Amino acid sequence: MQVTRLLAISLGAILTNNFIFSQFLGICPFLGVSKKADTAVGMGLAVTFVMGLASAITFAVNLILVKLGLEFMQTVAFILVIAALVQFIEMFLKKSIPSLYTALGIYLPLITTNCAVLGVALLNVQNEYNFFESVIYGITGGLGFLLAIYLFATVRERTEFAEYPEAFEGFPIALITSGLLALAFMGFSGLEVWPM
Amino acid sequence: MTIVYAVLVLGVTAVIFGLILAFAAKVFEVEVDPRLPEIQSALAGANCGGCGYPGCAGCAEAILNGKAPVDACAPAGAEGAAKIAAILGVEAAAGEKKVAHVICNGGSDCGRRFDYVGVPSCLAATKVAAGPTSCQYGCLGFGECVKACRFDAIHINDKGVAEVDKEKCTNCGACREACPRRLIVEVPYKQKVFVNCANRDRGPAVAKVCASSCIACGICERTCKLDAIHVVNNVAVIDYSKCRNCTMCAKACPRNAIEPIPTPEEKEKFKAAQKAAAERAAAAKKAAAAQTEAAAPTA
Repeated sequence: MQVTRLLAISLGAILTNNFIFSQFLGICPFLGVSKKADTAVGMGLAVTFVMGLASAITFAVNLILVKLGLEFMQTVAFILVIAALVQFIEMFLKKSIPSLYTALGIYLPLITTNCAVLGVALLNVQNEYNFFESVIYGITGGLGFLLAIYLFATVRERTEFAEYPEAFEGFPIALITSGLLALAFMGFSGLEVWPM
Repeated sequence: MTIVYAVLVLGVTAVIFGLILAFAAKVFEVEVDPRLPEIQSALAGANCGGCGYPGCAGCAEAILNGKAPVDACAPAGAEGAAKIAAILGVEAAAGEKKVAHVICNGGSDCGRRFDYVGVPSCLAATKVAAGPTSCQYGCLGFGECVKACRFDAIHINDKGVAEVDKEKCTNCGACREACPRRLIVEVPYKQKVFVNCANRDRGPAVAKVCASSCIACGICERTCKLDAIHVVNNVAVIDYSKCRNCTMCAKACPRNAIEPIPTPEEKEKFKAAQKAAAERAAAAKKAAAAQTEAAAPTA
C-alpha cells in the first residue's frame, strides 16, 4: 500500500470527483440543509462520519457477497446495512457520547437514505479498493461533501440579501448557484498530482 | 440455487442486524422522562425559537429541568401553560394573553435624511450613518420583523410602518428580537390605547423629525383621570395595569401620537367638552368663593 495512492484517492474524493459537484450524489441534503452555514457544517460532519463507517462495514459485507457469487445483491444489501448502521450509531451516540449526539442532532437519521453514503459503498466495490482505501475514500468523500455544502451555504447566506428577480427566489437561485459552483469544481478535473 | 442463497443471505443479515439493534436498544437505552414527550406535545410545535431555546424539543427539556417557566412557550398560550403545569404538577401563573405591538407611527410622517439604496434590511440600514429615517428611534419599514414572523401576523402598512395583526399574533417574540431599533413591545391583548412613539429626544428636536411624534408636552398626563400615562424619558408611557382604554389621552394629544388616532370631529368635540368642563369648574369655584365671601361678614 502506498501513501501516495491514498493521497491521490483523498484528493480525488475531495476535489476532482467531489461527491456533489461531479458525481451528483447527496443532492437532497445539499439543497435541503444549506440555508445556514453552521447547520451545513453539522450535516457535513455527520455525513463524513457515516460515510467512513459505512465504507468499513460494507467492505466486509461485500466480501461475503462476492464469496457467494451474489454481487448483484450489492445495492439491496448495502441499503440494509447502512440503514441498520445509522440506527445503531444513533443509539450508541445517544448513550455514550451525548454531546456528539446533540451536535449531529437531526442530521444523523436523515442520512439513512442519503445516496452519497450508498454511492460510496458501491464506488468502493467498483474501484476495487482494499479495506484501508475504502475507509479513506469514505472519509475524504465525506470531507468533500462538507466542503461543498459549506461553500454553498455561505454563498446562499449572501444571496439572501441580494436583489434578483422574484421568479428566482428560493430554489431557482439555489440551483443556479450550485450549478456555478459545480462548474468551478470542473476546473479540478484532470488534476493529477501523483500518477496512480 | 442462487436465489436461495440470495434470500438466505439477505434474510440472515436482516435478522442479525435486527437482533443487534434490539440488543443495542436495550444496552444503549437512555432513560427519557416520560413527561418530556408530553410536554413537547403541549407546546405550539412551530419551532419558532421565541422561547430562546433551539426548537420545541429544547424548550420542553428546559421546562422539565426547571430552567424555563411553564409558560415559556408564548404561542401555546395560557392553555398550553396550563397543560404543562398539569403534567409537572405545578400551578400555572394565570397570565393574560399578550401580543406584540409596534411603538412607532412615523413612516411617511417621518422625514428621510438620505436615500438609502443598500441591502433592503432594517439592520443593514441602521448601519449606514445611523439609518435613513430622520428619527433615530423610528420604524425603518424594511420588514425585518415581517421576515421573522412565522405566523404571518406582522406587516408593513400603507404608512410604511410595521403593524401587528393581534388576532394572528402569538407573542412568540421573534419580531421583538429581529427589530434593530427595539420598537416592538409586549402589550396586553385587550389594550386598545398605545403611545406610538419611541423617540426619547427633547420636544423641539422630535417635532422637527416626525409629524406624529410624542413631544413630551404632558397634556395626556394631565388629561388622564386614572394616573395611567406618564412622560418618562421624554416620551409618554401608558401603565397598562391602570389604563381602562377611555382614549381621553388620544383625543387630547396635540400630535396624534396616541392610538386610536381621533378624527378631527372627535377632537373638536373633545376640546369643546374640555372647555365646557373647565368653564363649569371655574364657575363652581367662583360660586364657592362668593359663598365664602358672603358667609364671612356674619362670622
